[in-house]
Amino acid sequence: MKKQKTTSSVKTFIKFLRYLKVYRLHFALSLLFTAVSVALTLYVPVLVGQAIDAAVGVDKVDFHRIQTILITILVSVLITALLTWLTNVLNNRMTYGIVQNIRREAFAKIQRFPVSYIDSHSTGEIVSRMTTDVDQFSDGLLMGFTQFFTGIVTILGTLIFMLTISPSITAIVVIVTPASLFVAAFIAKRTYSLFKRQSEIRGEQTSLIDEMIGSHKTVAAFGQEKEVQERFDKINTDLQGASLRAIFYSSITNPVTRFLNSTVYALVALFGALTCISTGGAALSVGMLSSFLAYSTQYTKPFNEISGVVTELQNALACAERVFELIEEPIPEDLSDSAPTDIKVAGRIDFADVSFSYSKDRPLIKHLDLSVTPGQKVAIVGPTGCGKTTLINLLMRFYDVDAGSISLDGQNIKDINKSALRSSFGMVLQDTWLSEGTIRDNIAFGKPNATDEEIIAAAKAAHAHSFIRRLPKGYDTVIGESGGALSQGQKQLLCISRVMLSLPEMLILDEATSSIDTRIEIRIQKAFAAMMEGRTSFIVAHRLSTIKGSDLILVMKDGNVIEKGTHEELLEKRGFYFDLYNSQFSHIDS
Amino acid sequence: MKKLLKYFKGYYKESIIAPLFKMLEAMFELLIPLVVAQIIDNGILKNDKSTIYIMFGVMVALGVIGLSCALCAQYFSAKAAVGFSSALRSSLFSHIQSFSYSRTDKEGTSTLITRTTGDINTLQTGVNLFLRLFMRSPFVVFGAMIMAFTINPKLASIFVILIAALAVVVFGIMLISIPIYRKVQSKLDRVVANTRGNYNGTRVIRAFNKQSDEIKDFGERNRELTKIQLFAGRISALMNPLTYVIVNLAVIVLIKQGAISVDNGIISQGQLVALYNYMSQILVELIKLASLIITLNKASASAKRISSVLDTPSDIPFSVNKEYSDGELAVEFDAVSFSYNESGDPAISDLSFKVKKGQTVGIIGSTGCGKSTLVNLIPGFYHATAGNIFVMGKNVALYDKSDIRSMTGIVPQKPTLFKGTIRSNLLWGKSDATDEELWEALSLAQADGFVREKEGALDEPVKQNGSNFSGGQRQRLTIARALVRKPRILILDDSASALDYATESALRRAVSNLDYTPTTFIVSQRTSSIMHADLILVLEDGELVGSGTHDELIESCEVYREIFNSQFSAGGEAK
Repeated sequence: MKKQKTTSSVKTFIKFLRYLKVYRLHFALSLLFTAVSVALTLYVPVLVGQAIDAAVGVDKVDFHRIQTILITILVSVLITALLTWLTNVLNNRMTYGIVQNIRREAFAKIQRFPVSYIDSHSTGEIVSRMTTDVDQFSDGLLMGFTQFFTGIVTILGTLIFMLTISPSITAIVVIVTPASLFVAAFIAKRTYSLFKRQSEIRGEQTSLIDEMIGSHKTVAAFGQEKEVQERFDKINTDLQGASLRAIFYSSITNPVTRFLNSTVYALVALFGALTCISTGGAALSVGMLSSFLAYSTQYTKPFNEISGVVTELQNALACAERVFELIEEPIPEDLSDSAPTDIKVAGRIDFADVSFSYSKDRPLIKHLDLSVTPGQKVAIVGPTGCGKTTLINLLMRFYDVDAGSISLDGQNIKDINKSALRSSFGMVLQDTWLSEGTIRDNIAFGKPNATDEEIIAAAKAAHAHSFIRRLPKGYDTVIGESGGALSQGQKQLLCISRVMLSLPEMLILDEATSSIDTRIEIRIQKAFAAMMEGRTSFIVAHRLSTIKGSDLILVMKDGNVIEKGTHEELLEKRGFYFDLYNSQFSHIDS
Repeated sequence: MKKLLKYFKGYYKESIIAPLFKMLEAMFELLIPLVVAQIIDNGILKNDKSTIYIMFGVMVALGVIGLSCALCAQYFSAKAAVGFSSALRSSLFSHIQSFSYSRTDKEGTSTLITRTTGDINTLQTGVNLFLRLFMRSPFVVFGAMIMAFTINPKLASIFVILIAALAVVVFGIMLISIPIYRKVQSKLDRVVANTRGNYNGTRVIRAFNKQSDEIKDFGERNRELTKIQLFAGRISALMNPLTYVIVNLAVIVLIKQGAISVDNGIISQGQLVALYNYMSQILVELIKLASLIITLNKASASAKRISSVLDTPSDIPFSVNKEYSDGELAVEFDAVSFSYNESGDPAISDLSFKVKKGQTVGIIGSTGCGKSTLVNLIPGFYHATAGNIFVMGKNVALYDKSDIRSMTGIVPQKPTLFKGTIRSNLLWGKSDATDEELWEALSLAQADGFVREKEGALDEPVKQNGSNFSGGQRQRLTIARALVRKPRILILDDSASALDYATESALRRAVSNLDYTPTTFIVSQRTSSIMHADLILVLEDGELVGSGTHDELIESCEVYREIFNSQFSAGGEAK
């Protein structure tokens, strides 16, 4: 189990190297600069030690020597500062550049995901991968770049300098220091479960916040604020306890390692001083001891940092793994991508023995046969969940059939270029989605080069013009997150304008006018009818008044077409459609 | 931002003790160079081994005391930071809950959510580090200076200049970078909004083949984010090299002046080492401080974002000019106008009507004509911009929020259910309802059939947003939820749109036969849903263009006749 985890993080690391490759020059320079600046940083205490040795006592100060040493110090300090700054800039560039690339790649990948993937993963999950995970990764990465390497170089450098001063005292330092690593590892292991508990409770709380603030209006309407607050506070108290434990136990590491380090320091002072006395300053001068003491602190410090960096890097890799998962999600090969993009559409559609289900255990559409001639207006009716919208999903190739085939003008739609197929349909769904931007941008969504006249004409045809005009900024009104203050019906009108402008060869209306009142609906339909003259269209609707004029009405139930024909034919049959139609007048009868 | 300080209440003791212990620890660290100076001057130079042993013992003892102080500090600061952020989170959440509809519209939910989660966590980390280190660092810096004074006041003056120069650099960089980090956050918000919008609009985007434009758009925002991150990074990157240069310049001056002092016999060699050690301690402390400052910058940006929410009043101000009216009426609108924002056209203008207790009111009209706005005004979700609204004879604005809301049962246009069970959702209507009452409400809402079919019946789990129920089922459950409380005023805001006609008419009959005869408002697109109402209000562009019964309106109201005919042209003659 543990080994598995290690190999997977190794794999993630290798994937990460691919992104680093672009910045290999940055990386190499950063390493070089770090090495030089660390070496110089370490050299300064030696120089200071020498300067101190040149000032032994009254009238025994070698000013000339001190002067030379001080100039050397000045030069090396300036070089170090410059290199450190450059290293920081390089590291920033690498980190944020890599993060930008990863984010862009992930986003581009989402555009290619099958719709089934998107339907089965919540927005929050994807957003958290794209933001929180990527951010954590970048934080960890930056810290890794800046501290990990510096730490290692510092340890090696100080080790060398200490060895040149006194091998025997160095031995003491080297033997005692790893103790702090063991302590850190021991505490980290113990606190892992505490942190896990904390993030569990935090997750629970976040989903409560998400739900309750997201639907705040309903909470307020039912006066549930107090109850919700109680639930919140209960989780909050749990979180408080868990956080305190996790934070406190993990924060023990630092003081303990610091204590061990000061013990090392004391030992160096003890043995150093004894060596000074026993050799009479020949093997170890006071200046050297002072340098040595400075090194011993510099040597132990990176150990603390590295153990912190390692946890941070592990976390970063875990986050990176979640992002890579997204990027590497396999996408079913689609041969149609290479098919020609310009197609001529007459509008004949055939379903031949089509079967489909969203999940294996619940078959939905079974052996469906259906032929639509060019220019036909097809309406689909039936109770909720009967498969109306599914037909649309299959036509647009949001989902692919499990068995059988759908063909357009005699050609299997799997062989037609997907983009070409989709752009031959104009689609208006019940779920009104508008993009962030102005009303104008939204109407011109399918035809970005449309002129203002065309946009206004489309809005007029969709009867959206009058309400748009009344908005404070008219067509330049910016629509915010989820449509802002527009009503459901107004949003539908905008979606219709959008399609009106793009003038597709075929049309799909899936409950497109459900929130629009019937008077406008009739006018819109007239506009659609004029626009769609001779073009095939599919309409899904509850209101039977909407579809009475269709050339073909399909009555669906449980994934099957149980009746089909024109309005009059179906009424004559006195079947399911007849009952459905009469139920809407039941009140008049009663 | 100062207002956030009050959330430390109950943790004052911890917040003071933590930095105090941290200072104690630092103080013991500051003694170390003096001990080392003792070893050099009295031990090595005088060849006195016993002093060296004693001083070694002193150093170890100082270490042990330091450790225990540090542990105390860690505990108290964790306790204070966690306590502080819990109290703040709870109060922030409660404040957001008190927001009126207008306020929620204005602020936007997703930013409120990030502030309650991400921002508070960042702030907690910041506070914890602040308590532990921020007091310690200045203490060590000033402590080192004071210790230097005890050794030699003249040389110690170098420390004073050093500290002044460092303060300018450190605070200067902080002041410059805090606003930049806030910008980073807002750019990140835009990236989030883009991702979310794109994901939710997958079908439309693909239908229009806009994927590559979306990628370009996202790339643009992503680049903007990176650019500002790099800018912020470049400025923070100055901190380390600059402080390093300053400290080392001070070291150079110190050694130069120190050498002269040693030459003149003013200080000993050991004392010079001690002075140098104090300067090194300042440098070490600064490195810690630099990484701390980045965290603090982020925390302070978060604190600003949090306090801006807390400072937002729950409601947009409104005025009341008449308090009471006829108590016999259930609802009365008296010349009511309302607009969603100051600049926009009114959504409702100069609307007046009266509804007696127990009446059923139908509201019909074109899309965006103000139907939903009208019913949202009744329970005081929004306040009239002009005119007065009375419920049961009392101005709505004067009601206690919870009183008016428990009186009304509203079924909103968008059926919202919450994670839990069917039962837990229904109990929102009435927290002490019995199973019998729940089933009764379900059966009135025509929902008992499918609920009974579910394996868990009332205890069937409901996923977030009710995603495991169809649109029609969700609508019926939300209707049942409103009916459980037997409201005196029932509002159905186009809440049967996903139901087929047969189910809807059954529902309508059930509602009209309720034994407690609530005053009912039905908003609908369908004439058939409202034609039987005692009073029908016909709205157009926010104005009342007709009111009366079905028969009256057919005679007198052009708009109503048109709507009716558009739906019943099969049986109508007007076409």
